[in-house]
Parts: sequence; structure tokens; C-alpha cells
Amino acid sequence: MFEAIAFYLFAFLTIAMFFITVTTSQALYALTALAAGMIFISAFFFILDADFLGAVQIIVYTGAVMALYAFGMMFFDTTREVKEKQGNQYIVIGLSTLAAVLVVVIFAAPMVSENIVALYPALEGVGNTQEVGLVLFTKYLVPFEVAAIMLLVAMVAGIVLAGKKMDLSITLMNEAEIEEEKNKKVLS
Amino acid sequence: MEIGLNHYLVLSTILFAIGLVGVMRRKNLLLLFFATEILLNSVNVAFAAISHYYGDLTGQMFAFFVIAIAASEVAVGLGLLIVWYKRHNSIDLDTLMTMKG
Repeated sequence: MFEAIAFYLFAFLTIAMFFITVTTSQALYALTALAAGMIFISAFFFILDADFLGAVQIIVYTGAVMALYAFGMMFFDTTREVKEKQGNQYIVIGLSTLAAVLVVVIFAAPMVSENIVALYPALEGVGNTQEVGLVLFTKYLVPFEVAAIMLLVAMVAGIVLAGKKMDLSITLMNEAEIEEEKNKKVLS
Repeated sequence: MEIGLNHYLVLSTILFAIGLVGVMRRKNLLLLFFATEILLNSVNVAFAAISHYYGDLTGQMFAFFVIAIAASEVAVGLGLLIVWYKRHNSIDLDTLMTMKG
């Protein structure tokens, strides 16, 4: 009973937040609605007994990814209205309906056969975090290490791309130095 | 009223469709990134639900890897976006059409 109430409440809230994200014309509203939607998504993970996944969802998505977006938005002009693409509405609606039906088919296809056996069944008497650790560090150790290397590469790429000229500060330079920097930029 | 696996799959599909509409109608690249985050999250919900109803932890593992990929995508994508904004002073998709014949 409580599960049903929680499911419908959080489903409504999540859909409303993500709908605001894709329809609003203010970038800041989109950012805050997306962060709220991420937190509501984590509620589903807690309902589904995936406690560790819910905690990771809150920490990584609303903690790291949203903070990164907030920092990135400081570089852009976010106060003006966002222009919308005015394409053919019917094509957009038709394509998204088709893709959504395709996703349902993909997920429903194994259920029709009804002979799925759990590859790594949930263990008795241990918590979710312990189960996750046991499976992640035995069967999925190599993908885990590869993911770590991928995150390292992404971090280095982010620093290299966004960190150019971060050692210069316009507020600490006088006018002549700023002009000099501008000329250098034009020449290079 | 019992909440089954199909409830979660339908919810995941609704969220996926919202994300797809966002990807198709947005012109600003930053808001396009937001729409891709919605797509990744909707798939995570489906993975966690299947993992719970079949008693198999593989779904949760894949959800973790999806989260890791989303994080690295944001780092690289935002870096590229900042470089593009410094050069062209705009992150609209129209300014990216330099190869249009």
C-alpha cells in the first residue's frame, strides 16, 4: 500500500520535474528542475531495495554533475531566453513515440520467454551494499578498473579543455598588460 | 494494489520519451545535455527495477557503469562547450553548422 503511494507520488513528481526541464525557456529553471528530478529518481532506487545505487545517484548526480553544470553555466550567458527549434511538430512527436515503443519492446522481449534465471542471485542475510561489493569486485572487476581509467581520462580532458589561461586574472592586471594579452591572442 | 515490474517500465518509457522530445526540440547545447541526462536516468530506473524483480544484481551493476559514463561525458562535454563558447560566443546548434553544403 505504502509502496504504491510512494511510487505514484514520486512518479508524478519526477515526470513533472523533467517536463519542466525540457519545456522551460530559462536555463536556470531547467538546471534546478533537473537536480530535483535526480533526487526524486533516487527515491525509486530506495523503494527497489537498491540502497547503494540511490546514495550514489544523490552523491554523483546532484552532488557532482549538477555542481559541474552550475560551474559551466557561469561561463555562458544564461539570463537571456533560450530559442526553440521550430521544426515539424508531427515528426518530432511521431519519432519520440516510435522510440519509446521500441524501448518497451526491448525490455519486454525477455519477459515473454519467462525463462530468465538470475545470473548473480541476491544473497541471503547481507545488506545491499555488501552484495554490490561482492559482485562488483569479483565478476565486474575489469569493467570497474576500465571505468576508473575512463574517469581519469575524462578528468584530464576536462582540465586541458577548460583550464586554458586560468593562471591569468584580469582583475590583477593593469590596462597595458590586458592589451598585450589581447594582441597575443589575435596573433596566435 | 501491487506495484509490478511493468509499472516501472512504463514510468521509464515516459521519462525516456520526455528526454527524447527534449533532445529533438532544444537548440541550446547546454539544455541538450540536460535532455541526455534524462535519457540516462530513465534507463537506470528500468535497470534497477529489473534487478529487483528478478533478484539479479547485474542490473544494478550496469546502472553504476551508466552513472560513471554520464559523469565522464559531462566533464568532457562541458570542457568542449566552454572552448566553443570562448571562440564563437554562442552555444546554439545553428553556429555548429560549418559543414553544411
